[in-house]
Amino acid sequence: MTVPHPDAAPPPSAGPTSRVSDFSLMVGTANGTGSQTANTTLLRAIFNMGVPVHGKNVFPSNIQGLPTWFHIRASAEGWIARQAPEIAVAFNPATLHQDAETIPPGGVLILNGDLAGAPQRDDVTTYSIPVKELMADVEATGKIKDYLANMTYLGVVSQLLGIPLDVVRTALEQQFGGRQKLVDANYPVVEKAWQWSEANLEKADPYRIERMDATHDLMLITGNDAAALGSVFGGVTFVSWYPITPSTSLVDAVKTHLSDLRVHDGKPDWSIIQAEDELAAIGMLIGAGWAGARAMTATSGPGISLMAEFTGLGYFAEVPAVIWDVQRVGPSTGLPTRTGQGDVSFAYTLGHGDGRHPVLFPSTAEEAFEFGWKAFDVAEQAQTPVFVLTDLDLGMNTWMSTRFDYPGEPMKRGKVLHGDDIPEGFGRYRDVDGDGIPYRTLPGDPNPEGAWFARGTGHDEDAKYSERADDWIANTTRLAKKFDTIRTLVPAPSIDQVDDAELGVICFGTTIHAIEEARAHLAKQDARFSLLRLRALPINDEVERFIEQHDRIAVIEMNRDAQVAGILRAELPQYAAKIASIAHLDGLPYTRDQIRAWLAPHLDPSLAYEGDPVARETA
Amino acid sequence: MTRPAALIPNAAGLTKSDYQGAPSTLCKGCGHNSVANQIIQVAFELGLKPEDLIKLSGIGCSSKSPTYFLGMSHGFNALHGRMPSVATGALTANHKLRGLAVSGDGDSGSIGLGQFKHVIRRNLRMVYLIENNGVYGLTKGQFSPTAEDGLKLKYAGTNPFPPVDMCAEALISGAGFVARAFAGDAKQLRELLKAALAYHGTAVIDIVSPCVAFNNDDDSQHSYAYGRANEVPLEDIGWVPPREDITLDDHEPGETRIIELHDGSRIALAKIEEGYDPSDRSAALTRIGRAEANGEVITGLLYYEDARPNLTDSLGLGDTALVDLPEERLRPSREALERVMDRH
Ligand SMILES: Cc1ncc(C[n+]2csc(CCOP(=O)(O)OP(=O)(O)O)c2C)c(N)n1
Ligand code: SF4
Ligand SMILES: [Mg+2]
Repeated sequence: MTVPHPDAAPPPSAGPTSRVSDFSLMVGTANGTGSQTANTTLLRAIFNMGVPVHGKNVFPSNIQGLPTWFHIRASAEGWIARQAPEIAVAFNPATLHQDAETIPPGGVLILNGDLAGAPQRDDVTTYSIPVKELMADVEATGKIKDYLANMTYLGVVSQLLGIPLDVVRTALEQQFGGRQKLVDANYPVVEKAWQWSEANLEKADPYRIERMDATHDLMLITGNDAAALGSVFGGVTFVSWYPITPSTSLVDAVKTHLSDLRVHDGKPDWSIIQAEDELAAIGMLIGAGWAGARAMTATSGPGISLMAEFTGLGYFAEVPAVIWDVQRVGPSTGLPTRTGQGDVSFAYTLGHGDGRHPVLFPSTAEEAFEFGWKAFDVAEQAQTPVFVLTDLDLGMNTWMSTRFDYPGEPMKRGKVLHGDDIPEGFGRYRDVDGDGIPYRTLPGDPNPEGAWFARGTGHDEDAKYSERADDWIANTTRLAKKFDTIRTLVPAPSIDQVDDAELGVICFGTTIHAIEEARAHLAKQDARFSLLRLRALPINDEVERFIEQHDRIAVIEMNRDAQVAGILRAELPQYAAKIASIAHLDGLPYTRDQIRAWLAPHLDPSLAYEGDPVARETA
Repeated sequence: MTRPAALIPNAAGLTKSDYQGAPSTLCKGCGHNSVANQIIQVAFELGLKPEDLIKLSGIGCSSKSPTYFLGMSHGFNALHGRMPSVATGALTANHKLRGLAVSGDGDSGSIGLGQFKHVIRRNLRMVYLIENNGVYGLTKGQFSPTAEDGLKLKYAGTNPFPPVDMCAEALISGAGFVARAFAGDAKQLRELLKAALAYHGTAVIDIVSPCVAFNNDDDSQHSYAYGRANEVPLEDIGWVPPREDITLDDHEPGETRIIELHDGSRIALAKIEEGYDPSDRSAALTRIGRAEANGEVITGLLYYEDARPNLTDSLGLGDTALVDLPEERLRPSREALERVMDRH
């Protein structure tokens, strides 16, 4: 097997001279200048051309003024991982030079021509947009005028890429969701810029969009929106939360969909409470779950830090709850608007003392929807808090998605006894079925036989206070048994095993997109590996078999401390020595070329690889 | 032969012993035990259905006490200072239930002061009892935030800080039902409990409930002796069920006032302290300040108002409890999903 040395990886720009529907573009603006509309409309316009496309917003933790970048990748082959941009639209005076330098030779630089000191590069094609001139007869003033100015690059870039004006118009209408006034204000600027570009710019670069038919069955949706919709179809009735990026838009979307779909006789079939902090948010969640509601919260790292004590209570009192952690970069406030996978080991064991929690890992918008409803099934079946660990990349960025499958099975409400079904001598924590999962009753039930007192203190099978050693051992042993049952309740891993592959790669969440692209790329050079994508913790025996069947295992994850590799080594100590780690976190989604470089020494251990501390053997 | 009242079944068909819980494990003479006993008595007298009510508490000796009453009701012994959030979730998920919450002065006045104030702001329908002994009982004698300036405790020394007054905190958080009681004054406590259970929002009763183990010296403001010597009831309070006649003795001195509650029951206040207006929030705060300066233990209904909607109203909930919604109202149709996806 020949393994390409990472340094031999071709630079992304070294492709053929005509680049049809296969490039990355970056728009640099200042935060708070309203560029989001122009960016998302451009994304939609490419999508409407039938070309696979993905957008990533790389933004600062700031309301106004700091630099922000929007990356758009168009890929006829359907690749959606982050890719170094070849086209830069530079509209932010503060990053003008930086943005210009990012572009590789042969690339394109589109400048706001009014900005002083525009950089000169003779190895890229440069276009300059006379923004002021194009805006001369726009009546708006102040901020609104600044917002509208972004429409100039939308028009010019579309024209340069070969996107017809009517396609842009439709995209703009979709973007404004039928608010005609906004369309009427924005479109004339787009039109003028597009026509100006057609009349005045001579196309001198190879990048073009050509109509395809690869998107007509697809949607464009953010992961948070998909998660929200899934939760609504999962029957969420209670949401308690405290605002935090990047989870806020998830709760906003839950509210939008609930208001749309779950109102009965003018009254909401749900409640959403903005709590005073995350301690209260999860306290409300636990209270609602105990009372029998399908209850959820959404937060991010700092929030789950505050949720530790209640998660332990939920585990020990055995209360269903669903906690979405849209991960950002920690520790502490960290990089609040950047993506990562740093909360896995914390969430998995959150709380003091013994305890483990199911953790689901959606990778795509489809899975965000699916886990949206499934998380409630798992939580209620297992009577325990369930974490769904997504990340800023999936949550806040816009993804192509196939249409979601309607939940294929009725809700699984778990072992709940009502009224006369509650047996005499009912014991809340008795393992009747031998699977570690007891039966529960709900407050309000008229059968007094079912009354019990939930507590975080030691208790016996009847939920009575107990400090006896044998009661403690019996209860915690049963909880461990329950966790083994949970292995069969959570989504199984997705496995693509290659015959005779020596290397098995394990990943989870959004890193899959760069990994799959790298995998296809490497396969062309005959470097193959098996791939297992974890969709949840705890692991099941398929994971063990996968590890057993490969000579070498590399776990790829977006944190510094190799958290999932650590969990696998601890849970499968017999294989610990062959579980290596590729752990890297800088706040940005991985690229294909990063993965290729990191995997090289794992594909071929004889390749001594120096220079990148990430690809290390840490058995 | 007449049977003792406690053995004659009440309107719910239950006897008094049906409202009992497990035997108390608190110290003999602890104020919290007398409060538990009055809760049992009141629930029996009112004919409460045990399944209509949930018990909630935080952590502390006080918070243990829900185990010792209403054994046929569901309950949740939550975390230290976090009972209000659990109550909010449970009583929103099932707004058909009433909440009876027990907390301590440490539980609500220090670690839980935030949740205390926010649950009041939201006006969750719940009786919120603070069994206030000026000390941390369960952790053995540290100062609580309600301990008076200068209080001397064997273990903790002399308290150099001013106290938090739970009624004042409730008032400035917008509470519409604020009362203070004394565990040594059972009759008044029972009437306040009945009125609080009938209230449509958060009803706060701060109960001076002495800790005989750590804070019961005669000159300590949370002791039995001090309460007996310095209790100043602001009025005589009686609660009258719906459809029952009120009988007031015309010859009693002082002002009399009848307050109608949302469920049709009434609170009768007689012998109201001269010049005191229990519907004036700032007057209540002023009176609390004066009591602190004078070392009085003012008791009774300090403030009443019922204009604010409770949380269920604010959330606009319908008749069916969220937990009782059938699956077809929880999961929208296949067509609904298609419709939403068409917009993307
Ligand atoms: C998070 C947390 N911190 C500390 C404690 C320890 N603790 C238990 S009870 C208590 C004080 C209780 O005081 P109070 O609420 O006044 O109740 P009392 O025992 O006096 O009735 C403390 C500090 C705890 N259980 N949880
Ligand atoms: S320590 Fe104090 S508060 Fe606790 S049970 Fe004993 S008397 Fe009551
Ligand atoms: Mg206390």
